[in-house]
Amino acid sequence: MQEKAWRPWVLLSPALSAVFMLLVIPVCFVVVYSFWLRAPSGADIPAFQFGNYAKFFEDFFYSKILIRTIRISFETVFLCVVLGYIPAYFFYRSKSRYKKAFLLLIMLPFWVSFIIRTMSWINIMGDTGLINHFLMQIGLIQSPISMLYNEFTVLMGLIMYLLPFMILNIYVSLEGIDKSLLEAARSMGCTEWQAFREVTLPLSLPGVSAGCLLVFVLTAGTYLPPMILGGPGNDMIGNLIFKRIIGTLDWPFGSAISVILLFLLFVIVWVYNRYLGINQIFKSFQGN
Amino acid sequence: MRSFSPGWTLIRIYTFLVYVFMFVPIVVVIVLAFNPKQFGIFPMEGVSLRWFIRLAQNESIIEAFKNSLVLGSLTAVISTGIGILAALAFIRFEFPGKNTLNTLLLSPIMIPEVVLGVALLLFLRFLQQPKSFVLLLIGHVVLTLPYVLLIVQARLVGINKEYEEAAKSLGANAFQTFREVTFPLLLPAILAGALFSFTISFDDITATLFWATAQNQTVPVKIFSMLRNSVSPEINALGAVMIVLTVATPLLAGYLSRRFSKVTA
Repeated sequence: MQEKAWRPWVLLSPALSAVFMLLVIPVCFVVVYSFWLRAPSGADIPAFQFGNYAKFFEDFFYSKILIRTIRISFETVFLCVVLGYIPAYFFYRSKSRYKKAFLLLIMLPFWVSFIIRTMSWINIMGDTGLINHFLMQIGLIQSPISMLYNEFTVLMGLIMYLLPFMILNIYVSLEGIDKSLLEAARSMGCTEWQAFREVTLPLSLPGVSAGCLLVFVLTAGTYLPPMILGGPGNDMIGNLIFKRIIGTLDWPFGSAISVILLFLLFVIVWVYNRYLGINQIFKSFQGN
Repeated sequence: MRSFSPGWTLIRIYTFLVYVFMFVPIVVVIVLAFNPKQFGIFPMEGVSLRWFIRLAQNESIIEAFKNSLVLGSLTAVISTGIGILAALAFIRFEFPGKNTLNTLLLSPIMIPEVVLGVALLLFLRFLQQPKSFVLLLIGHVVLTLPYVLLIVQARLVGINKEYEEAAKSLGANAFQTFREVTFPLLLPAILAGALFSFTISFDDITATLFWATAQNQTVPVKIFSMLRNSVSPEINALGAVMIVLTVATPLLAGYLSRRFSKVTA
């Protein structure tokens, strides 16, 4: 027994050192750098001051991007719930032989590179894209409508990326519902709709909220859809970080924005735990 | 009865439309890859392989493909290796701080890739090292490690500890037990983990864009830089190749593993 005490640590050491060296320490560096100064020459000067943060919150240009990021994340969450719940319910209730194939199919976009899924919307919504071509063919319009590079196309790209996450989360929680509960509701005279509203829907809410959290976090941290499908006014906080770090090489400010993003996500997860605990969701529906 | 109710019909139509929404853009990429014309997207003017031929002759794209394949394979090997060891520690041993460490090792999933990209780049800058292939490799290992850990742990929980104890009581040492008993039972999860990390590495763009250089491009980074000019049919062709590769690989692996398990059973 004595010799066993060190064994797990030997097994863990490669993974632990990788995560410590390549994640924990680098993230600490980001926090430290966010207090540094940037000299006009471009050199970074070690310091401890809050100027980078002050700049972010004082300049309306930056705080607007933060607010937009939060708004777009909520919009994406909402659209994913609206678009995702019914297909998840379909998989749950379907008795088709092809149910497994349907599910596998909805997983497939996971395996297609994010950049391809994002740029694929240009083929659909571009000036010579599928929609414009179709509308011109049937004679509804004479010249192409300009549809790309606005918040709507950014949302399309985001949904394409995140909808499978939402559908799977909802589906998993639906599958976990004891089907005898539904039968009980039906045998006591509930209609199909009543049984859904009183039994299935409340019991599936943990999956919905888990999906919402995941979609929110992934949306708030992305920059690719605004970069490829958005215009100059659609930048999110990820775009700002990318531009500061890769574009202008402003490391201290880029670090401060990264810390703000991390903090935003931390707050969201905290609020979720605090107010949207699974019990709370049940309670809110018991009254109806 | 239910299958014929109007409500159920609406649900089916809705689901069908969501599928259309999800898959039309992907299908269109593949279809347009065969579009012979240079400018504009639709209408298609016949079917041609000219863009695939162009791709095959483009040195920098071949180079990006080689990079992506090597990077994905190395990431898969390293990540899976490290992940198996860590999973063994978490499932087969008791030690203080176990839950905290498990959360720590899974945390890269919860940290936005943008922040991960910045963090690693900043650390490299502090160490005064240039961006290199090694940066991409270690970055991708950190990105994929949590997924391997989750997959291998889930499988390991299901493997009865008594098999391993039986082997030990028959005189096998720890390594022999792992090689002869645990490893074969764990193999499906190991392959799944390796495949998963290969695909994540092969497809990743968000963090990779921070780490890549002109000399060390992956295919998604190449697609990104080509997009800056315009959406050419060449990008669709490259996208089609990527889609077929990353979608066909897991399907093929799933098919093979089912066949394989039938043969052995």
